[in-house]
Amino acid sequence: MTRAASSTFLGMPVALPLAGERGTLRGEHPFPEAARAALANGQLRRNLGHATRTIRGKRAAVVAEVPDWEELRDAGAAVKDDVLARLPELLEQFEAAFTARGGHVHWARDADEANRIVTELITAAGSEDDLVRQVVKVKSMATQEIGLNEALAEAGIAAVETDLAELIVQLADDKPSHILVPAIHRNRAEIRRIFLEHMPGVDPALTEEPRVLAMAARAYLRRTFLAARVAISGANFGVAETGTLAVVESEGNGRMCLTLPQTLITVMGIEKLVPTWRDLEVFLQLLPRSSTGERMNPYTSLWTGVVPGDGPQDVHVVLLDNGRTAALADRVGRAALRCIRCSACLNVCPVYERTGGHAYGSVYPGPIGAVLTPQLAGMHGDDDPVDTLPYASSLCGACYEVCPVKIDIPALLVHLRARHVEGERARRRLPTPERMAMATAAWGMRSPGRFAAGERSMRAGRLLARGGRIRHLPPPLSAWTASRDLPAPPQQTFRQWWAGRSGTPS
Amino acid sequence: MRIALMATCLADAMFPRAAQATVVLLERLGHEVVFPTGQTCCGQMHVNTGYQREALPLVRHHVEVFERALEEGAGAVVAPSGSCVGSVRHQHAGLALDAGDEALAGRATEVAHRTYELSELLVDVLGVVDVGARYARRVTYHPTCHSLRMLHVGDKPLRLLRAVRDIDLVELPAADQCCGFGGTFALKNADTSTAMLADKLAAVATTGAQVVTAGDSSCLMHIGGGLSRAGSGTRTVHLAEILAGEGWEASL
Repeated sequence: MTRAASSTFLGMPVALPLAGERGTLRGEHPFPEAARAALANGQLRRNLGHATRTIRGKRAAVVAEVPDWEELRDAGAAVKDDVLARLPELLEQFEAAFTARGGHVHWARDADEANRIVTELITAAGSEDDLVRQVVKVKSMATQEIGLNEALAEAGIAAVETDLAELIVQLADDKPSHILVPAIHRNRAEIRRIFLEHMPGVDPALTEEPRVLAMAARAYLRRTFLAARVAISGANFGVAETGTLAVVESEGNGRMCLTLPQTLITVMGIEKLVPTWRDLEVFLQLLPRSSTGERMNPYTSLWTGVVPGDGPQDVHVVLLDNGRTAALADRVGRAALRCIRCSACLNVCPVYERTGGHAYGSVYPGPIGAVLTPQLAGMHGDDDPVDTLPYASSLCGACYEVCPVKIDIPALLVHLRARHVEGERARRRLPTPERMAMATAAWGMRSPGRFAAGERSMRAGRLLARGGRIRHLPPPLSAWTASRDLPAPPQQTFRQWWAGRSGTPS
Repeated sequence: MRIALMATCLADAMFPRAAQATVVLLERLGHEVVFPTGQTCCGQMHVNTGYQREALPLVRHHVEVFERALEEGAGAVVAPSGSCVGSVRHQHAGLALDAGDEALAGRATEVAHRTYELSELLVDVLGVVDVGARYARRVTYHPTCHSLRMLHVGDKPLRLLRAVRDIDLVELPAADQCCGFGGTFALKNADTSTAMLADKLAAVATTGAQVVTAGDSSCLMHIGGGLSRAGSGTRTVHLAEILAGEGWEASL
């Protein structure tokens, strides 16, 4: 009997794969630094303030109409938790159903694998003397996440974004700054200028009237749709039971991509599944009201494999991990995988409203980005900008309140802060000044005697005060006094007063 | 009722008037206030900055101190802070569980069940809305994030304020927007925090209020720090001080 036969080899524990560096999750600058630059841009602040206030108001109004909104949120969270608990089984069920209807399923561990698969599929869709050089794209976060457009460009394939806002971003060679409204940081005048400078065949008499701008994009995109042989999409949902993919959108440009070309390639994160067709009922109520503030989105496209003679005949789905399994392995952090990318949390976040999305350095900005990005891309410590994301929040809780799948984002932020601190503890032998300060404070606070002594020593702070207020403090507290005063410590602490009152020593 | 006061470390060290006013107010309403002198800090700053390991002994200490107060006859624990009560209620047990200490988690839950923010204690437990105070000033109320969205105190503080004689209570525009404090966020992301504060100060200015009030000394420290730096005549006063009524200091 061999040794292998006498025991079952369960495999070596491996580090779960994180998102590859090819993607667009890791920014170049720490959040506070990137935020400082954004805060200095007055136009950006005005554009964002106006746009987020408008969407916030619309969302609040249509959510208030739904009597069972809280129950719907509970249902959304429960369905997604069920998906996460049974993910391997549901993925295989989806694969079987999708394949049975004539679709092809591909599995991608990370961004590089997914990009390679898509590139090969596009190449295979043409022939040697008739290569596919241009594809059309439905707005998709998954393909943004893996940097697909850039990877295709390297292979000589142009990917044309057909969502109006994505098109604006693409023409300007800019980056999206919002999950749903990627050009939220732009106003009409800027969009007119971008079209005039970069849109092929645009009418030079273009005005900044919204209808005129939309018609210019429409004319350009119509030509592109009719010439396209391959379309790339993401998916809002994948139904495990039936093998159905779903895209919801407002413009109808997605519908053009999903129906006109011969080949359709969808890149979908593995967490996008719902178990059954009926579960869509919950999400098709939650998503439009949360995202665009509409009762129902104008276009809902659903497709199940291939229908002979109708629509794309060569249909593929790439199931993408890119750090999702690693997130799933975190008992607390996995709740972020419930996310349906509605972006309600961005629109209510006071930090996002002021800094905009670019400051986060990730395609997933705002509160959900701050809990998703560190889990997908990993926090590498030292000066990794991703490590600063969980701290990019005042923990005000507005995000949790609006989340349609009840992700407790503040709790997740705190959890990821702890993961960052534990990571630093493991990496650095010498404690950071912050860690020393925290340890000292905790030591002082563990004993009432030491705590009272610490309070008494704070009285020395009165020497720094002029007219009862402190205007300058040494670092790191100078970050406070740069913009706010601090009152002088009181003559007497509460416990001293209490001791005097009750006649017991403090 | 005998009520154990959780003064909070910040009020104890920096803003004793908030805790003193809480004592004066509750005694005037006929209750006995005890101050367990072993108390220090709930550990929220450590937890929210990622120092769970350092926070755990503080949580254990907090639970021991207030568990004893409850055993010795206190019917409730009160804090003049939504944020610290939020930490007790929504963080302590979870922290103990993460550390594998189920017994501590259970005890923390028991203490949390009987810990109230001031407006909750007054309205829900003691059943008072009119606390018999008079306060002849123009006042605007800032609902702090943790009292609003973690504890869901709703309009309890406003109901208490509306019942105060001679008060000129004016609504704060965009009141539910965070002031930008967020504990160490105010230091780590000082620029963003300051941008949020600027908008809060502008909203306060439109009210023409003489006094901004709130249920948390920490948020008031931030708003007050901004008002002071701007040379504004508007002052910050804790909710407890208004409810204790004009001249409450005389009973100190």
